[in-house]
Amino acid sequence: MNEVVREFLLETHENLAQLDLDLVTLERDPHERETLARVFRTLHTVKGTAGFLGLPKLESVAHAAENLLSRLRAGSMIFNPEIAGALLSVVDAIRTMTASIEQTGDEGDGDYSAVIQTLEQLLEQGAVSSADQKAVAAPAPPTVPATPSEPSPPVRPVATWKSEQPTPTTPPLVTNAASQVGQGVAESLSELVEPRAVSVADSAIRVDVGLLDKLMTLVGELVLARNQIMQFSTSQEDPAFLDTVQRLNLLTTELQAGVMKTRMQPIGNIWSKFPRIVRDLAVACGKQARIEMEGQETELDKTIVESIRDPLTHLVRNAIDHGLEPPQQRLALGKPAEGRLSLHAFHEGGKVIIEISDDGAGIDLQRVADKAVQAKLVSPQQISRMSERELLNLIFLPGFSTADRVTNFSGRGVGMDVVRTNVEKIGGTVDLESRPGRGTTMKMKIPLTLAIIPALTVTSGGDRYAIPQVNLLELVRLDAEQLHKVERIHTAPVYRLRGNLLPLVYLHQLLNVEPSPGQRDELNIVVLQADDRQFGLVVDAIHDTEEIVVKPLQKPLKGISAFAGATIMGDGKVALILDVLGLAQLAQVVTDIRERVRDEQPIVADGDTDRQTVLLIAPSPGERMAIPLAQVARLEVFPRAALERVGGQFVVQYRQEILPLISVSRILRRLRHDTRQNGRPRLRNRQESSLQTQDRVQVVVHAGPHGQVGLMVASILDVVEENLVSRSRPNRPGILFNAVVQGQVTEFLDLETIFRALRPETFSSPQPVGSTR
Amino acid sequence: MAEHQYCTFYLAGHYFGLDVLKVQEIIRYRQMTRVPLASPVVRGLINLRGQIVTALDLRRRLGLADRPDDQEPLNVVVQTEDGAVSLLVDEIGDVLTVPESAFERPPETLRGPARELIRGAYKLDNQLLLILDPERTVQVSSQASAHAGYESATLTKTQ
Repeated sequence: MNEVVREFLLETHENLAQLDLDLVTLERDPHERETLARVFRTLHTVKGTAGFLGLPKLESVAHAAENLLSRLRAGSMIFNPEIAGALLSVVDAIRTMTASIEQTGDEGDGDYSAVIQTLEQLLEQGAVSSADQKAVAAPAPPTVPATPSEPSPPVRPVATWKSEQPTPTTPPLVTNAASQVGQGVAESLSELVEPRAVSVADSAIRVDVGLLDKLMTLVGELVLARNQIMQFSTSQEDPAFLDTVQRLNLLTTELQAGVMKTRMQPIGNIWSKFPRIVRDLAVACGKQARIEMEGQETELDKTIVESIRDPLTHLVRNAIDHGLEPPQQRLALGKPAEGRLSLHAFHEGGKVIIEISDDGAGIDLQRVADKAVQAKLVSPQQISRMSERELLNLIFLPGFSTADRVTNFSGRGVGMDVVRTNVEKIGGTVDLESRPGRGTTMKMKIPLTLAIIPALTVTSGGDRYAIPQVNLLELVRLDAEQLHKVERIHTAPVYRLRGNLLPLVYLHQLLNVEPSPGQRDELNIVVLQADDRQFGLVVDAIHDTEEIVVKPLQKPLKGISAFAGATIMGDGKVALILDVLGLAQLAQVVTDIRERVRDEQPIVADGDTDRQTVLLIAPSPGERMAIPLAQVARLEVFPRAALERVGGQFVVQYRQEILPLISVSRILRRLRHDTRQNGRPRLRNRQESSLQTQDRVQVVVHAGPHGQVGLMVASILDVVEENLVSRSRPNRPGILFNAVVQGQVTEFLDLETIFRALRPETFSSPQPVGSTR
Repeated sequence: MAEHQYCTFYLAGHYFGLDVLKVQEIIRYRQMTRVPLASPVVRGLINLRGQIVTALDLRRRLGLADRPDDQEPLNVVVQTEDGAVSLLVDEIGDVLTVPESAFERPPETLRGPARELIRGAYKLDNQLLLILDPERTVQVSSQASAHAGYESATLTKTQ
């Protein structure tokens, strides 16, 4: 049976029972306006849906009733027992028809013209004179269906009311109707004996969500108790007991799955309104769009479905309003005039992934950067050293909007940050991918359920902690021989995981607890994902994966970002659940842009007093120079083997670009030499002879207005904040000025001059050295 | 005459009382899970029949000297708006019924953390019964720094 029809039958069945009660109430008290309105609404809905589903008989009956009711509602007629009787027979007629639809798929061959006629008669009488309507008692035609499929509930209330309040003016109609219904019951009883398919109404019930929540909590407790018994059973040998434990285990798992399933809802429930939103919005924006949906049946916990409704709607709106180009523009770009928005949901690794992609213009990074600076969310200096990814992530900043004008739908600057916050609140993540000119894809990763989650247990500093499986990527264990594989970038330990540097974070250090005693002859690394970064959490020992029930922490502990909650483990003890994102922020693996903005604000503001954060480098061992950190895009380490030579110049393939590399000490020598010879810096194609002997190259990446350049240095010394008050003029080219840093006179590199020397072709008219500031 | 019932306990020689209706139960000391990065007042988490309860060291909360290591505290589990919270005390006394007439508000000279927590005292025959405000007592900031200065004890042992 069609899902829509099913829904309709279920709803109508419930409404009919209510109608019976309401009509009886009205008969007793004709002035119950609220009840009257409810009856009207119900019949109106039935009429509308019946028309929609193509059920003409049902529609016409409901329509006639609705006409009468609208007159009653307007007050131009007074509800009386005759009307009640007629309406009750409408209810019965609807009941017969829905039963027939359920069994055979159509309304059946019953003739309901008599019902309609009665209703019309009543309507006319009301029109003639509402005052003497009581006098004209139209005989109720025997409209009550011969075989209602259900015993009709109105029997009892009517009968009760009659016996308690024997009113002399009771019109014959009611008695009539009641007895006829009674007769119907008798007839339907015989029918009940015959086997028939379980009806829709009998196979589904509506349950209060609160009750489901309670069940879920109870199952959570049961899971904990099960875990404890399982643990206890390992020390027991009685086979009968062990059997029972095994059975308890299986039953609990099944019960848990079952209860969770009751709360599951297909994501299609919230998607169903998107086609309409897309259509309306596209019309309003003068765009053409079509929506494609895939994976509507993907199920999620009800609470999660509810909490992603708004973020999803927002993303869909954004895609239409900001993402898609107007038709003419699309045609000019060789795209079909009609934009495509696709929603795709699927399960992956215990999570639900929802992708919202459009084939629009993509995100213009330059525009994002401009807007962010305009809105004073970040400073231009910060922008200059942001990676593409970080720029893209700017749109998640509170207060960010790229819309040039505020429309009804978007552009108010509240949006993406709320989307991200809401999704993160339920333990999900939002990722953004944009291909300029080809479209944008938003990827939401959502946990299936919140209450019971699989988690990995680890030990650190003698305590156990649980790590939600959602954040877990892999486990790495280094034995004694491999321990040397942990390398360091200055003070930061890293491990090369398949060629990528994985920053290592020691859990006991983060939590500020003493490490477990005993020598370290192995290293356990839990590779975790936080936002879009990976990091390795070093713990003392890694244990099992267990299903845990997340319990919130009480107020005194709520503010600790390292913990997401607590749980009770198999042995009955409490363990804290680590909040991976919080840990990453604590360890500064994820430098949250939001926080960075806050942190750096004073520096930007104090720019005049020249308080600067500078990077101290050693161009060659023993030397010491400084670069303002604002000019440093990032620090990289390349294996020497990755270096290539192009036209006498070292380059390295870096983020899909060719990054020219230059040794700082070498270029300073060159600059000096060239200046002496012809007064202008130029780099000649001279063979760089002395390759350093290290097998790795430490590089400071500088991103200037004309591109990037990598400065090869012997080592990175430190990052310090310094008040650069005592400056002096430089005494050699390539140096901006000298200043005292940490009590030592330090040369500041003139990066622009170096850049110029390296790539003279990018400058049409080279300026003399030293006049760059 | 109005009377009140208090669950009484001892803390560094002082005699304290909590409204008996607020006290859920008294349980023996049990192993607990410490919470790194939390305020020193938070001693850990305990599993109370499937419920996770935060245990607060009442000595530290009141700015009293730490309990000797060999002395095992007891858990007074109180019901608060934030759920059940356990307060670690030295020793348990009786449930006491006291007349309201014996109550007096704390003097202005009472300062420090205890000032906010002590509602007042009942003048018993041989000593004072100090009444704690349970809601305020369990309000511990999540920052460890909030605890700074608990060494400067304002309540000193007088007996």
